Amino acid sequence: MLQMLYENLEQTVAVILFGIGFGILLLQRNLIRKIIGLNIMDTAVYLFLASMGYIHGRKAPIVVDGVTDTARYINPIPAGLVLTGIVVSVSFTAIMLALTIRLYRRYRTLDIDQIALLAKAEGD
Amino acid sequence: MRDGFSGLDDRIADSLKQEAAEKENLKQLLEQQRELTDSRKHEREIALDRMAHYDFTKWAHTRGQKVITRLYVALALTLGALMIFFLLETVANMPRFGAADTPGSNIVTRRYIERGLQETGAVNIVAGMILDYRAFDTLGESTVLFIAACAVLILLRIDKDSQGMPVMEQIAEDADDRHHEPKNDRILQASAKLLTPVVLLFGVYVILNGHLSPGGGFSGGAIISAGLILYLNAFGFEKSGRFFRYETFKWVSFCSLLFYGLAKTYSFYCGANRLESGIPLGVPGAILSSGLIMPLNIAVGMVVACTMYIFYALFRKGGL
Repeated sequence: MLQMLYENLEQTVAVILFGIGFGILLLQRNLIRKIIGLNIMDTAVYLFLASMGYIHGRKAPIVVDGVTDTARYINPIPAGLVLTGIVVSVSFTAIMLALTIRLYRRYRTLDIDQIALLAKAEGD
Repeated sequence: MRDGFSGLDDRIADSLKQEAAEKENLKQLLEQQRELTDSRKHEREIALDRMAHYDFTKWAHTRGQKVITRLYVALALTLGALMIFFLLETVANMPRFGAADTPGSNIVTRRYIERGLQETGAVNIVAGMILDYRAFDTLGESTVLFIAACAVLILLRIDKDSQGMPVMEQIAEDADDRHHEPKNDRILQASAKLLTPVVLLFGVYVILNGHLSPGGGFSGGAIISAGLILYLNAFGFEKSGRFFRYETFKWVSFCSLLFYGLAKTYSFYCGANRLESGIPLGVPGAILSSGLIMPLNIAVGMVVACTMYIFYALFRKGGL
């Protein structure tokens, strides 16, 4: 297993990064840090996808001299998927940060437990 | 002549008086704002005080919190470790990195590479893929960005009140902005003067060459918005407001998305009914080639540039 993991080093790193992001998401109480954790998970997914498309010794999929031979270019599909991922990640990061700002303006804290307790105390 | 001059003096005196009155007004508003903050602080103290009387918080603040926190941390770590372990096991059983015969390199990839140039006219196969074969997906992406910008606008925009006067929140934000952000920084202004045109030009280049070289609407739009944000940081909201307002954002995004939707509707209609679309593909490698891809790249770039810029403005000050 270790030998295979070393050969698939890019994917291994991506999976570990994903786990780190997941851990941050679960363990941190600060909302901004949670958002950073989610973004680390996104980055891990991009790395994973990009590494899936790479093929040794081939060039980026931009046609040179009109040669359209499959043996010359890497897989173009993961690049398109990563692009979609980046755009969606930017959008939801912006919305999450905006919601965090609203919460901070109301409760003057970023700690999610304190916010929950304050909201409960305010409720009745 | 003299009458004219004395009239002018009066007007100057009037405007000075008005200015003084406005200053007084602003001072009062700030005072009220401070009082409001104080009262909110007081409310918060009351809420915290009331919270301390709850049984669940009492228990939670002593033994319970420690027990539950430890349990939660242990569970979270176990879950994370298990997840990493299973994913690593999967990675170990996946095809080797960089191998040519992965399941991902299937008939779809072959088709895109072999026929892409001929069918879309784009030298950059990725651009041909995302703006021709999968253009519907890219329209969805631009729409997601636009909707995200609208949502942030709803959440963060601070509007004037019904009489057109600035509200408390805006005055506080302005004061905060003046306090924390650079004002008339010489070095920043000099470098912005040098860099902004270059950055904007590079963004335009990346967008216009999207079908010929790496790049395209998304990356070019991000570069253009970076240039605009640099300008805004150096010269402030007053100067950038001369060319970028809410109306600019609204109309540019709307027109770009509308153009994108109409153009793709036309090509889908032609494609589905097996009609000739009549859009010339041009010579591959020329700047005016590959049919609709360059106009679509421009539309996407516009949406991205406007969205990024408005994100920055809203997060910094709650408005343009």
